[in-house]
Amino acid sequence: MTSPREGDPSGRAKEPRAGDRAPAERAFRVLAPLLVALFVLAGWEVVVRLRDIPPYILPAPSRIASELVRSWDVLGPSLLVTVRIAALALLAAVVSGAGLALLCSLSKWIELSLLPYAVTLQVTPIVSVAPLVLVYVDDPLAAVVFCAWIVAFFPILANTMSGLAAVDHNLRDLFELYGASRWQQLWLLRLPTALPYFLAGLRIAGGLALIGAVVAEYVAGTAGAGTGLAFRVLEAQYRLNIPRMFAGLFLLALTGIGIYCGTSLLSRLLLRNWHESARVRER
Amino acid sequence: MSGEAKTSPRFSETTDRHRQRGAELLRIEKVSKVFADGTVAVEGFDLSVARGEFVSLLGPSGCGKSTVLRLIAGLLRPTRGTVRFAQPLAPGDIGFVFQEPTLMPWATVADNVALPLRLCGFDGRRAGAAVAEALALVGLSSFARAYPHQLSGGMKMRVSLARALVTRPTLLLMDEPFAALDEITRLRLDDELARLWQAHGWTVLFVTHSVFESVYLSTRIVVMAARPGRPVAEIAVDAPRPREEDFRDSPLYGALCREVSAALHRAMASRGAET
Ligand SMILES: Nc1ncnc2c1ncn2[C@@H]1O[C@H](COP(=O)(O)OP(=O)(O)OP(=O)(O)O)[C@@H](O)[C@H]1O
Ligand SMILES: [Mg+2]
Repeated sequence: MTSPREGDPSGRAKEPRAGDRAPAERAFRVLAPLLVALFVLAGWEVVVRLRDIPPYILPAPSRIASELVRSWDVLGPSLLVTVRIAALALLAAVVSGAGLALLCSLSKWIELSLLPYAVTLQVTPIVSVAPLVLVYVDDPLAAVVFCAWIVAFFPILANTMSGLAAVDHNLRDLFELYGASRWQQLWLLRLPTALPYFLAGLRIAGGLALIGAVVAEYVAGTAGAGTGLAFRVLEAQYRLNIPRMFAGLFLLALTGIGIYCGTSLLSRLLLRNWHESARVRER
Repeated sequence: MSGEAKTSPRFSETTDRHRQRGAELLRIEKVSKVFADGTVAVEGFDLSVARGEFVSLLGPSGCGKSTVLRLIAGLLRPTRGTVRFAQPLAPGDIGFVFQEPTLMPWATVADNVALPLRLCGFDGRRAGAAVAEALALVGLSSFARAYPHQLSGGMKMRVSLARALVTRPTLLLMDEPFAALDEITRLRLDDELARLWQAHGWTVLFVTHSVFESVYLSTRIVVMAARPGRPVAEIAVDAPRPREEDFRDSPLYGALCREVSAALHRAMASRGAET
């Protein structure tokens, strides 16, 4: 029983992971959506020009692009504000969501007494809560962050909780057999088990944080902080500056995509060695 | 020529010959386990295991084999009766191999095997040597840095075995360890286990529902009946050692298998009569 019979391990080590897909496939993954975008934008441009549609009804992509460049002085800083709001809210959601999930997993009493409120917070529509928040929280930035946090918090809490509870029974027995301390069980078994669940929650929460931020800014309107992207879109709408509206929307969408890519990348990096979701199927 | 069968549930006088292998290590007396939902999984279970023995628990599904192992490992507390060891046990004195490999998917093979040492508080360098040794034992030295998903089912099971062996346990408990594997892999792992046991003289308590596997591996087979789970027969396997693959073709093996099969059938019939 001294010689391995299952073949050469070095051959196995080269098994492709999510990180190194075939170059052709990777190129296709980027090129295909770009091509679609190109076709759609070209068609849009052609239709607008042929039909002579005025920009306050539907601006052509070229017009939106030039507007984006022209008003970058206004939109650029607003983009930063919105990104900051979403990032702060997401950070708060991660800390509070994962923290509360941990507390709940440590004590049944905490879970029983706090979870109903977390659920209530989740099921109450943010649009109806936001005005109240804006009334009671003085600092407009803090108010918007708070609203974004409310929506981003629950997916992280719920996912981390199911992750912490998803520990393999036999592994738990094994830890008990070797007299593992509570701390060892948490650190070596429960947290790694919960990690993929937490990351799935993070991906959802990232998008929701942005949505929460936008909703809060819309509700706040002119009374709010008045500097985020959503506010700029609203403002452009009042002034019937439709090209700028589109430019702002474009930046918002880009922010959302950026958040999604960032959280996906993080999850892939952390799970690439072992979790099914981050592995490439070989055929 | 062959082993002897006792169909009596009490077998206090039967095991003297086998105890000569070594002093008694484990004694279970009148152990019963009733689960919270009222299921009587095990009742009046007596068993004595001597050092160096390879004892198989053989019985139909649901007869309480796993429950007995978990009672011995201290993962369950007996409702009645006692589980006693000849010496006080420290963590790591019992190795447990589950029916599934039960590896941590996020850890490398080496880290998986090192887990028991880590939990028992060994320092890193000594642990490293022990891990290398355990992996060499199961022939997986070159896979130390692989992740479980890169291994075949049989290899995962061997990692699981290496993990159970890494603390050099006094008693090795195995719960149908190869049941989920294909026939070829299973026979090969049986061969390897027999050879390792022969070379190292461990004490093994092995759960299986395969007559052939139990005869091939054991020095003694305890046949169990279900509802409630209890031992109903004990068969000593007095075939010569070491047993190689050709033992499976020998007339002695065939006779032993028939004998154990018959005992198992009686055990299953007795279950029907009682329920
Ligand atoms: N935690 C539990 N709660 C209630 N009943 C249980 C529990 N664990 C096992 N049982 C019951 O105890 C009996 C024995 O179970 P056990 O798992 O020991 O059987 P087994 O012989 O190992 O079966 P198998 O060969 O299928 O693994 C079964 O009837 C089972 O339903
Ligand atoms: Mg079982």
